[in-house]
Amino acid sequence: MDWPRRSCAFARGHLFRAMDNHWLHRFTILVAVCTFLLVIAGSLVTSNDAALSVPDWPLSYGKLIPPLEGGIRYEFAHRALAALVAALTITLAVWMERAGSLRWMRRVGWVAVVAVLAQAALGGLVVRLITPKAATIAHACLAQLCFGLVVALAAGQSMQLDELPRLNEPAPLAAAVALFGQTILGAMVRYGATGVAYHIIGAAIATILVMWAGLRIPLRRPALALLTLTFSQVFLGVGAYMARVVNLTVPQPLPLTVSFTVAHVAVGSLAFGAAVVLTMAPPLAHEGVALA
Amino acid sequence: MKRFWIGSGMASVLVAAAFTLASCGGGSSTTEAPKTADSGTAPAGPAPTPDLDNGGTVTGKVTFDGTAPKMAILDVSANPVCQKAHASAPLRSEEVVVNPNGTLKNVFVWVSAGLPDKTWQVPTTPVEIDQNGCEYKPHVIALMAGQPLSIKNSDPTNHNIHPQPSVNQEFNESQAPGTPAISKTFPRQEIMIPVKCNVHNWMRSYISVVSHPFFAVTGDDGTYTIKGLPPGTYTIEIVHEKYGKQQQQVTVGAKESKNLDFTVKG
Repeated sequence: MDWPRRSCAFARGHLFRAMDNHWLHRFTILVAVCTFLLVIAGSLVTSNDAALSVPDWPLSYGKLIPPLEGGIRYEFAHRALAALVAALTITLAVWMERAGSLRWMRRVGWVAVVAVLAQAALGGLVVRLITPKAATIAHACLAQLCFGLVVALAAGQSMQLDELPRLNEPAPLAAAVALFGQTILGAMVRYGATGVAYHIIGAAIATILVMWAGLRIPLRRPALALLTLTFSQVFLGVGAYMARVVNLTVPQPLPLTVSFTVAHVAVGSLAFGAAVVLTMAPPLAHEGVALA
Repeated sequence: MKRFWIGSGMASVLVAAAFTLASCGGGSSTTEAPKTADSGTAPAGPAPTPDLDNGGTVTGKVTFDGTAPKMAILDVSANPVCQKAHASAPLRSEEVVVNPNGTLKNVFVWVSAGLPDKTWQVPTTPVEIDQNGCEYKPHVIALMAGQPLSIKNSDPTNHNIHPQPSVNQEFNESQAPGTPAISKTFPRQEIMIPVKCNVHNWMRSYISVVSHPFFAVTGDDGTYTIKGLPPGTYTIEIVHEKYGKQQQQVTVGAKESKNLDFTVKG
């Protein structure tokens, strides 16, 4: 007797959940975009030599909003965006928890929260201890991991993965690991912890692994994106290096050097994100099914 | 249980990071007592000063050989205050400043070897560096280890002063317009410490810290004078931020004056 009402309630709940998942997915993409923008903001800070333009932390010149002039603009924009990303990441984790998302997604969500909070603490350490190399390099690398985690969540929601994918195809994972290794080497070069030779050798290895991944998983948008981004990344890396070498006698930072370096970091993040998406693709998709 | 341990571990990491941040400082203390350069301890009894009446003198000039390079115009548009300060003439890099008489400005000159093993008296008069017109004035300064450095901000805008030493303590402090001068000391000898302002990334300066009082910086005439040297043979070294180092030997007796010129190839 009661079944039509129950059916309606069930259908309504299902609809709400579907709508909720739809908006959750959109929100996850928003968090990924904001995290990517944060990576760019961080790169702008470093490239403009503005990392220590605000010597105090967590306040800025003892205030919530410092005088916005010179390098302070870059550093404060980075801090404000970081606070926004932290808030968005916590909201995402709570939302996934309340929406009853899959267990692995909820876990990854909380790992992202811990990563983003650790990243904020590292940023504070970098300011308060005046850019110790290890903390500065770790800050650059953890930024990439934070982005990768949110991209993994967005990709998992998009592919409707019930569980973390098993490793059926090692090529995309190898490419992702190599690209992250390049992030570490790039940060080490930037902060003078190593010479550029290791980064160049790493670029060659990463490119080969990306091509391997692209060949193993042909005709797929993420694979094509990964290949395109990686080749662009090599070009931007050469550009960033040459912009510095050619203008050795000119006081840095020059807009040309800043542009190439920031683009190099941004495209590096996107390539890493594409490799993460490819790594997560289920076996069926590996066989040529295009992703939505 | 497993969740509890994971949660506890994460909380511990965050708490440890918070404690580290709370306990870490931003450079050397402004109240640090002057110390001697070599031993790091206060000298016993009155320390000697240069004997200006009976000591030897070394004078000379640093000549620039070649065509004076045209220094790059610095883009100061990031701050309207800085832009206004250089509205009439653009600000140029001071990396190489060739004087009208063909000599080189901003060369640090010092006795790098030959002095008796003594702990010299540290002057209490501060050496001043001013942030004026969004540039450091002077561009190159020198002081004794333990001697106060007075950092002024004459600009109506914020600066941060950030020396990057290797053996002394690095510091980074903001200085708002109209605030009192910051006083700092460097306890150890270190030549040509780069100084920068991260708010205005074109601002560069160099500070040399010496454990004795026998040093100079060339000015608008490219000359230098080192007075009060005890009789002996010394290595005089010049250091320039772009052209690096040169050394020459000189022997001076009591009340004797020697001329020692250097030539830097451009």
